[in-house]
Amino acid sequence: MPPGNARVVLQGIGVAPGIAIGKAYRVDRNKVSLVYYYLPSPDQTKREKERFHTAVDKAEADLKELRTKIAGELPEHAHIIDTHIHILRDRMLYDETIRIIDEQEINAEWALRQALENAQQIFAKIDDDYIRSRFSDVDFVAERVLQNLTGQNKQSVAGIRERVIVVAQDLSPADTIQLQVEKTLAIVTDMGGKTSHTAIITRSLDIPTVVGLENVYQAVRSGELMVVDGHAGKVIIDPDEELLNYYYERQYQFERYRKEVVRCAELPAETEDGYIIRIQANIELLEEVVAVIDNGAEGVGLYRTEYLYLNLDQPPTEETLFWDYREVAEIIYPEMLTIRTLDLGADKLATKSRGLGETNPALGLRSIRLCLQEDEAFRTQLRAILRVSGITKNIKVMFPMISGVGELRAARAVLEEVKQSLRQESIEFDENLQVGIMIEVPSAVAVADLLAREVDFFSIGTNDLVQYALAIDRANENVAHLYEPLHPAILRMIKQAADAGRQAGISVSLCGELAGEPLYIPIILGFELDSLSMNPLAVPRVKQIIRHASLEESKVCLNEVLQFTTAGEINDYLCDLAWRRFREDFELFEDEMGKLPAASGTGQ
Amino acid sequence: MIQVIRKELTIRNKLGLHARAAAKIVQTSNQFQSNIRIIKNGREADAKSMLDILTLSCPRGTRIELLAEGKDAAEALTALAVLFDNKFGEE
Repeated sequence: MPPGNARVVLQGIGVAPGIAIGKAYRVDRNKVSLVYYYLPSPDQTKREKERFHTAVDKAEADLKELRTKIAGELPEHAHIIDTHIHILRDRMLYDETIRIIDEQEINAEWALRQALENAQQIFAKIDDDYIRSRFSDVDFVAERVLQNLTGQNKQSVAGIRERVIVVAQDLSPADTIQLQVEKTLAIVTDMGGKTSHTAIITRSLDIPTVVGLENVYQAVRSGELMVVDGHAGKVIIDPDEELLNYYYERQYQFERYRKEVVRCAELPAETEDGYIIRIQANIELLEEVVAVIDNGAEGVGLYRTEYLYLNLDQPPTEETLFWDYREVAEIIYPEMLTIRTLDLGADKLATKSRGLGETNPALGLRSIRLCLQEDEAFRTQLRAILRVSGITKNIKVMFPMISGVGELRAARAVLEEVKQSLRQESIEFDENLQVGIMIEVPSAVAVADLLAREVDFFSIGTNDLVQYALAIDRANENVAHLYEPLHPAILRMIKQAADAGRQAGISVSLCGELAGEPLYIPIILGFELDSLSMNPLAVPRVKQIIRHASLEESKVCLNEVLQFTTAGEINDYLCDLAWRRFREDFELFEDEMGKLPAASGTGQ
Repeated sequence: MIQVIRKELTIRNKLGLHARAAAKIVQTSNQFQSNIRIIKNGREADAKSMLDILTLSCPRGTRIELLAEGKDAAEALTALAVLFDNKFGEE
């Protein structure tokens, strides 16, 4: 327990890490105050409607501007603003307000308020929780128009002048997007959870955030001193000097650790005994390439290519793919870009197999199977990849979901045909292009030695391997708790595939969440892989932990762990190991271990 | 010539008629002059109002009827049927 006392200590859910100390700033989301008046003449009624049009036009222009701004920074959130723009002109709000102005001859503010209340009554009757909660979007949009009508500028998060800790009951995604990062020390809210939009956005903005505090808005006054611990999910209001000093110290250590980690991010990950493992990044979008370079990743170990195929009536053209791959490859150069070919289910690819209505799509026509069956889209993708390889020479290609040698040969045969047609057209490609496969189906592990003879590299995809090996659909909440990456079966399978690859003299990489989990690093090193590929943000800390580790010790630990019987035992062992051997890399992240069962905080 | 056309459909996308799907229906409907309605168990929603569609509350599996009235009613229903068939581009 930290020393000292405070007026109030609240526990919530930490969703974005870091420690902030500063003054509270309550963001008041109370409604603008409204007056009510009759319109004395038809002429006035007409003018009132024009006033309403203008207010809506302004709100629309503001939202569109906001949308343009975030399309660059937070593209995945742009649709929220689209929804708001739709609502702005929706019959239920817009036409209804006009109707009320005409019918009751009252001012636009009051008419809009009535339209909003009518909508609220309709929404309140809906059984579906999700749809009922969408009323908050309607409310948000109406508030914007009301502000324009009254000219009252509600306290908005965009107007903050000094560096503060923003305290709110709830922040809409639009509010959060408008936060000025340089003026916001931290965010704390009464509502929200780990996966709420606010959480996702603040994580991407790197602002320490605690949500789900229930009554922080009521508990704190603006200007009061507070501490926010984004790891532990703790909020401390008005701490005494002793407690404050404790957190200053903690903040200092945390920042120092972060700086140190980021400063060394460019350096290779070399263990104390001289073993070097390449740390690469998994990406899905072109925009993420910047994070790959900023975080010191040594190339891209997994470029997921599905994104360009989604929401299209037809698969993308060869040119579209070519320019996308080429841009990523050129930015990454001279590091390597590993492109995984299409890993989609039949329902997502715009082809004749669409809408098969499979009862078990995870085991159905998907990924490489779909590509081999409907090979037109596959050939187009391979042509684009090969053409880029001829220009940049830093491309590797990887087939997903290979279950055995036959499937691998079929995929390679298509690749050879595409190469042949390029040769006939005198289009250049990299003749030495390396071809690898994902090891993610249990059968591929069983025949890894056979597969290894026919490829240049393996990439062990743990996310799918865990699902298929343990027969767990992690999206199914009834069994999600059985999704255990540390299950002894998984570790043994990784070892079998890694050993088979090494014996055949090909390189082996590990991608998936397991590879980027700091706690697992000390034993993962024991597999003696060539590279790990992870979320780019995880790279700096993983590299730092590897620098404090040794290969010999990791091999011993791995051998020990491989004798354990359950995932729980392995987890306890790893928590203990982290605390005993890597304290400086983990002590600032205590909660990471605290949330794990039976973590030992005392060591030995 | 004013046409009145009806078409029965089943909601097949995973999330049902939620905000994004509703927005797509509105976008498509707005391209036509016809008056278009979505009818579920006798309740009607204007296919050009996202909030109206949302409040109809249609989860996956709901049977609905589309009703279009106007010069371009046939084209409107064809366009909407494609949208429903493609599950609004989801999944």
